[in-house]
Amino acid sequence: MSTETDRDDFIISIRYAFLNKGTRQKFSLFTLLIVSILVLSLEYFKSGPVDKFRSITKDFIFKGSYVISVPFIFIKDNYFVLQDHLRMYDKYEILKKKDLRLESLKYEIEFFKEENNKLKKLIDEKTLISENYLLTKVLLDQQSPYLKSVIINKGFKHGLKNGTAVLDNSYYVGKIIDVNHLTSRVLLASDLNSKIPVIIEPGSISAILSGNGNNDYAELEFLPKNDQIENGYIVYTSGIDGYISAAIPVGKIFIEGNNKFVKFLSNLNQLEFVKINY
Amino acid sequence: MNTITRLLFKNLINSFPIIILFLLAFTGFDFSLFFFGKNFSFNFIYIVIFYWILKKPDTIGYGLVFFAGLINDVVQNFPIGISSINFLLLCVITSFIRSRTLLPNLLYDWILFFVAITIISSINYSILAIIFDSPIRYGTLMFNSFITFVIYPIFSKIFDLINLIHLRQQDAE
Repeated sequence: MSTETDRDDFIISIRYAFLNKGTRQKFSLFTLLIVSILVLSLEYFKSGPVDKFRSITKDFIFKGSYVISVPFIFIKDNYFVLQDHLRMYDKYEILKKKDLRLESLKYEIEFFKEENNKLKKLIDEKTLISENYLLTKVLLDQQSPYLKSVIINKGFKHGLKNGTAVLDNSYYVGKIIDVNHLTSRVLLASDLNSKIPVIIEPGSISAILSGNGNNDYAELEFLPKNDQIENGYIVYTSGIDGYISAAIPVGKIFIEGNNKFVKFLSNLNQLEFVKINY
Repeated sequence: MNTITRLLFKNLINSFPIIILFLLAFTGFDFSLFFFGKNFSFNFIYIVIFYWILKKPDTIGYGLVFFAGLINDVVQNFPIGISSINFLLLCVITSFIRSRTLLPNLLYDWILFFVAITIISSINYSILAIIFDSPIRYGTLMFNSFITFVIYPIFSKIFDLINLIHLRQQDAE
């Protein structure tokens, strides 16, 4: 008898939880759960009016999110400004000791570029480096343990496509993974799911750069067993995936024990404007 | 305090859970910190929903929870609808706990919160991994749930204070 009463109470509680609306609730949880499942099932439509509607909805939410985030962005920017001020003297000391020779290096690079182009023409090789850029503003900096991404203010209306490389100055920061009408999402190279083909110079060693959720450095996968990689080697995009242009600098090698990591050349925490390489 | 300020303050306290819920959904804000190469973060939205549905279910409408879920999905790049399902299921579990609880206390709530978020995280992982084939790491998700569980009593105490202010206001009226 007691077991039956307990079971009845249990069923009543479950029914209460699913169907009770309360004094200020307009919908029961059961109704809303059914609606959520219907909305989720719409994810299977990757084209047509459903996709268009989704794209416009995303644009609206991103713009709204940008407006709401303004005070937080202001605080964050000022925090980094303060940090830069505090480190200014140290940075000045480092720069003073460095022999920059920027002018001579610039001419040297121009010479090598010209020579490279001439040699490529000789062997009928197509150039993989694109110099067409579109400057975009970072609307949202969405960073959580599962997702390291930013939202930019250009979409397919501006000719953007999935898989295109995104640069901060001249350095690779990520690629476009979701294009809406007026906005796009950029998956940063530090994201757990980011995998990009890279080449390590000197030595032309190919590998895959894999994000680990940390904005300072990433890991290298599929390295040859007896590689001769040393501290300070530079990692570039290899371009073999056919989407990302080749020769975009990504980071610098640093070795800890037996593990080799890549320290990003760009600060992924402070992206304000990025360039789209298309 | 003049009438307008008092009215604003009253509305702010009354709508506090909704404001915080939508603020978190829109900004995708999470408190993640790196310690010893590990990322410590927690799901603040779960804490907000669990606490307020348990203590004052009339302050957060289920419809608003549903919309917060949709916004959260867009911001976090999840399939649209998944967070709504998670949040609403959390509401179901919390509502169930509420109907079965005679004498509420923090320890009891804390343990049941752990059970609730474990169920929700498992459902979340199952839908993402099995149906949508999303590359999501089970370990990271569960670690995040554990941190959320550990941090719950702190926010529960803060929310208790806000709830107390609200109750005092209602009494004064």
